[in-house]
Amino acid sequence: MEEDFKPGEPVIEVRDLYKSFGDLHVLQGVDLTVTKGENMVVLGRSGTGKSVLIKIMIGLLKQDRGDCVVLGKEVSKLEGNDLRDLRLKIGFSFQNSALYDSMTVRENLEFPLVRNIPNLTRAEIDEQVEYVLDAVGLLQTINQVPAELSGGQRKRIGIARTLILKPEIMLYDEPTAGLDPITCLEINELINEVKEKYQTTSIIITHDLTCARATGDRIAMLLDGKFLKTGTFEEVFDTEEERIKSFYDYNFIQ
Amino acid sequence: MSANKKQFVYGKTLDNALLAVYNAYVFFIRFFREVFRGRMEFQEIVKQCYAIGNRSLLLISLTGFITGMVFTKQSRPSLSEFGATSWLPSLVAIAIVRALAPLVTALISAGKIGSSIGAELGSMRVTEQIDAMEVSAVNPFKFLVVTRVLACTIAIPVLMFYCSLVSLLGAFLNVTLNEGTSFIAFFENAFEQITFLDIWTSVAKAVAYGFTIGIVGSYQGYNASKGTEGVGKAANSAVVTSMFLIFVEEVIIVQVSNYFRI
Repeated sequence: MEEDFKPGEPVIEVRDLYKSFGDLHVLQGVDLTVTKGENMVVLGRSGTGKSVLIKIMIGLLKQDRGDCVVLGKEVSKLEGNDLRDLRLKIGFSFQNSALYDSMTVRENLEFPLVRNIPNLTRAEIDEQVEYVLDAVGLLQTINQVPAELSGGQRKRIGIARTLILKPEIMLYDEPTAGLDPITCLEINELINEVKEKYQTTSIIITHDLTCARATGDRIAMLLDGKFLKTGTFEEVFDTEEERIKSFYDYNFIQ
Repeated sequence: MSANKKQFVYGKTLDNALLAVYNAYVFFIRFFREVFRGRMEFQEIVKQCYAIGNRSLLLISLTGFITGMVFTKQSRPSLSEFGATSWLPSLVAIAIVRALAPLVTALISAGKIGSSIGAELGSMRVTEQIDAMEVSAVNPFKFLVVTRVLACTIAIPVLMFYCSLVSLLGAFLNVTLNEGTSFIAFFENAFEQITFLDIWTSVAKAVAYGFTIGIVGSYQGYNASKGTEGVGKAANSAVVTSMFLIFVEEVIIVQVSNYFRI
């Protein structure tokens, strides 16, 4: 039976999570709770395991120890159709967009749609593809291939591809990485628009403080494999903790 | 290097080799499980068959034609020593149908198609396109691997028949220029010695080679890692491994077919 979550109820619960790659201990006892309708930003330096955390949430990686419960289900225990059903409710926006480069924008968007919702008519497919492309403001690129798009456009199409399945949860992996400041602002706006329009719960992985401030209801600071502090932007950075201060200063100088 | 260190290195190499064999076995078994599960991607299979044919047709036409012509030219002196040049069409036809066409097709395809599958899937792996399919609740194995392996298994036997035909035309050109044999006489003579067993053996070889090229290329690409270096390595391993396996299969199939011949 499907669990129905109300605003404020936890939809993602991570408890005492550990993950290592050989001798590299990436996550060392991570705890995190994300409630329905919330935009949670996970901040941290590169290589601290931020992307690993959301890949565990969607079942691309398995934790060594600990629990990762998404929409009431322990992800590591799901297989086959159960895992597929959970993934249908989660949208994952990749750092490098991961668009299928042999397909046009239209085909990229149709690909998950026709395979997960069979028996759609051509008109219904076109309508849904055009709707999400319009939502990300890139309807004019419908017949282009990814190689013809700019970095910002690719990010937007990547987000559109996840939105076409109407997910309940959005996981953004470095949505503003490698983009110019103006495009970063546009992506931040898009993340907020997606939250409003699709009523999603989101986790935004980033090391960009502007993105964190613009999109996050709460921020979790990941350092040395653990969350050092969680709270609003002001709560997290109003601190004497040296590592958090240096992260803030470094971003500010940058 | 100390004895302990040497033992460690050899031990690790052996571990890696066994792990590689195990992973290949798991991949192979997964293919057969996935073929019969869920909806079949017919459109993608047709697209891949077309791509395979399109990519290798010109190369197979050229190599097949040259193989037939050169083999005929090289065989003539030995036969003419015994005054048996009239046997040339049947000798060449047997060689082409039984061995040359399947092998030439397979080796060309391993280089052209195997490397392309390895590089394509490898590049999709390192740019997270395969992960993107997985998180969209689409089975990437079914869409990428099953379709390519089936396409190779279907298209390579067709290419093999085409290669046989082109090689025989190459042989005919050489024979007609030297002996003045007519088209009908050449092909009547050529097919006189060809049996159904020869044809079926060739088909069996081409099916086995096609499957090998598809599965090896897919395995190498699907499991690529370490960025662009991994893509190159996947393409290279796809060619080398499938060529090696093709020769092993050749030996086995020839032994089995000879058993039936007797």
